[in-house]
Amino acid sequence: MMQPTSTAQDFIIIEAGRTEKNYWADLWRYRELFLILAWRDVSVRYKQTIIGAAWAVVRPFLTMVVFTVIFGRIAALPSDGAPYALMVFTAMLPWSLFSTALGEASNSLIGNERLISKVYFPRLIIPTATVVTAFVDFLISFVILLGLMVYYRFVPSWNILFLPLFILMALLASLGPGLWITALNVKYRDFRYVIPFLVQFGLYISPVGFSSSIIPEKWRLLYSLNPIVGVIDGFRWSILGSKSSIYWPSFASSIAVISGFLCFGIREFRKTERTFADLI
Amino acid sequence: MSDVVIRAENLGKKYVIGHQAEDGRYVTLRDALMRNVRSMWHKTKDLMHGNGIVQGDNLEEVWALRDVNFEIRQGEVMGIIGRNGAGKSTLLKILSRITEPTEGRVSVKGRIASLLEVGTGFHPELTGRENMFLNGAILGMRRDEIRCKFDEIVAFAEIEKFLDTPVKRYSSGMYVRLAFAVSAHLEQEILIVDEVLAVGDSIFQKKCLGKMGQVAKQGRTVLLVSHNMGAVRALCQRGVLLSEGRVLASGPIGDLVDAYVHRSQGIETFKPRVNDTSYILGCQTKHTDGSSTSTFFTNEEIHITMRYQNRQRIDGLRCGFRISKVDGTVLACFTPEDASVITPKAIGEHVARAVIPKNTLLKGSHQISFTVWNGVTNEIYDDVDAIAEFTMEAAREQAYLSEFSRPGLFQVSAEWSVSRESLPEGQAAKRLAKVL
Repeated sequence: MMQPTSTAQDFIIIEAGRTEKNYWADLWRYRELFLILAWRDVSVRYKQTIIGAAWAVVRPFLTMVVFTVIFGRIAALPSDGAPYALMVFTAMLPWSLFSTALGEASNSLIGNERLISKVYFPRLIIPTATVVTAFVDFLISFVILLGLMVYYRFVPSWNILFLPLFILMALLASLGPGLWITALNVKYRDFRYVIPFLVQFGLYISPVGFSSSIIPEKWRLLYSLNPIVGVIDGFRWSILGSKSSIYWPSFASSIAVISGFLCFGIREFRKTERTFADLI
Repeated sequence: MSDVVIRAENLGKKYVIGHQAEDGRYVTLRDALMRNVRSMWHKTKDLMHGNGIVQGDNLEEVWALRDVNFEIRQGEVMGIIGRNGAGKSTLLKILSRITEPTEGRVSVKGRIASLLEVGTGFHPELTGRENMFLNGAILGMRRDEIRCKFDEIVAFAEIEKFLDTPVKRYSSGMYVRLAFAVSAHLEQEILIVDEVLAVGDSIFQKKCLGKMGQVAKQGRTVLLVSHNMGAVRALCQRGVLLSEGRVLASGPIGDLVDAYVHRSQGIETFKPRVNDTSYILGCQTKHTDGSSTSTFFTNEEIHITMRYQNRQRIDGLRCGFRISKVDGTVLACFTPEDASVITPKAIGEHVARAVIPKNTLLKGSHQISFTVWNGVTNEIYDDVDAIAEFTMEAAREQAYLSEFSRPGLFQVSAEWSVSRESLPEGQAAKRLAKVL
């Protein structure tokens, strides 16, 4: 019945302001909790709804239709040669991945208040596990993209092999600010109201409904300080291939912003993590 | 000493709480608005400095724990007792790493499983089976560990039929049983348990206690917080008595429980309702030695003192009290006339004393209600419901579990003689023949 006697690594000291040296090892030890929390969030997400996971398809699809009509037909913006709907949807995918992940991650800690005040585990698990939900939604809505490709008889180029890289980029882009905001949310609930607003706003300033090539050259670098610009460009490049070219300086700046935000987010999160149970 | 698994040194935890300024009745709308503006300004300043938002405008520092020192050795079952607000939960939270201490340190050797609540992380939408895995993972069990104990857990919880029903459709009893079953099968070397035993019906509680005892026998270290003195006494060997965040005493559990029980004071916050006939002044429960208390052992006498005031001479005045359970079930009524003592009817303050014999009331909370009335006209002059409350604890020498399972409202000492039946020889044979 008994576990093997405790080893040196099971020796811990609890003290004020002690940043645990084995935090990252602990995180690895709790990987099963990560998986199970992610699985919980995924399996609970569409419980007691009628159309279930179809929600992950309906929402981006309708947005795509609206954008195609408004930007493609009415405003008649250029689409770099690809069908306009396809161009919008290749951006819709990473955008909804980013925005869902950001939204879920930012509310994750206060949504798991009971857990935080009753059990110890590396808190980083909670926001990162919610990102998985966004990823599952993404996979579901990917089906629409395939459908659109068939409809337009569009064959993607070999660039598509790089797609996983850009998916990862989108996830990391959401995780950085997500971690920061969820930590702030514990202290100041104001941020709960900031996120939906930011997300709505971001949909229009990011090149979702239009191609980023319509941005004048001299503003392009500034524009790409928005990390999602690089991700969307990457998506379009890998799916639409040669029809959409990547603007490398802007891509590099997106990567820099994403990694900067990620480091900042993790640092802020770790700094306040120890007080979560007292403040929540 | 290498077998010390938990050592706490000068542990302290400070909380900053805010409360509203005393003067603050919102008199005018302008005042209320000013106040809101001020508080928004304070909150913005807090945000700038990265401080947490504290509701209220007077800050107060509260030490939930201070200078706490103790050691727990391998295989010990340690009880932590104390009144509400004594710092027990804060201590458990620090030990289970949920919150960190403000000062001092704790060294812990071994994996800790903390059960500060049953069913932590249960999700109402998930089924019983799914929640078992979820809860297990939250408490630090690996998936293969849970899988391996799956049948055992299900059998313990007695929910075989409802494994695939979402737990939101469970009855609260089933929910609690499942939750406890998962926690009872943890394998960590150190278990921290908070009031978990206070759940479920009495049969299940007994089962849980049995399981806890079993855990202790496996040589694991257990830290138990409970208000159930019987459980603490039955399970623990040593304990720590906390009061207002400090360690009041530590040592063998028996002494601590006695100390705890004797520290509890009777309630004296009653305000008399003055009238011009006769009214009640107060009521106290005391030990045999005259010290007031609100906790008794079942084998102790309960001394009840009641005071009333007569504003005029009342012929036929009676005083008396009734003892009831907290749910209102009246157990018995008492008046001095029962013992052929006449209730004094003269003007002035009077004291009535009654002694309830030992081994009469059973474990649990009781209330005293006090009445003065007229025995002739049946007019009630004053009646105070639940003027005093007291708790009966299982006596030390009575085995806890048998006490626990003793049903009934009170206990009556019967005269007993038990012996082997011996009949004259022929008679026994005759009776046997009749039966056959």
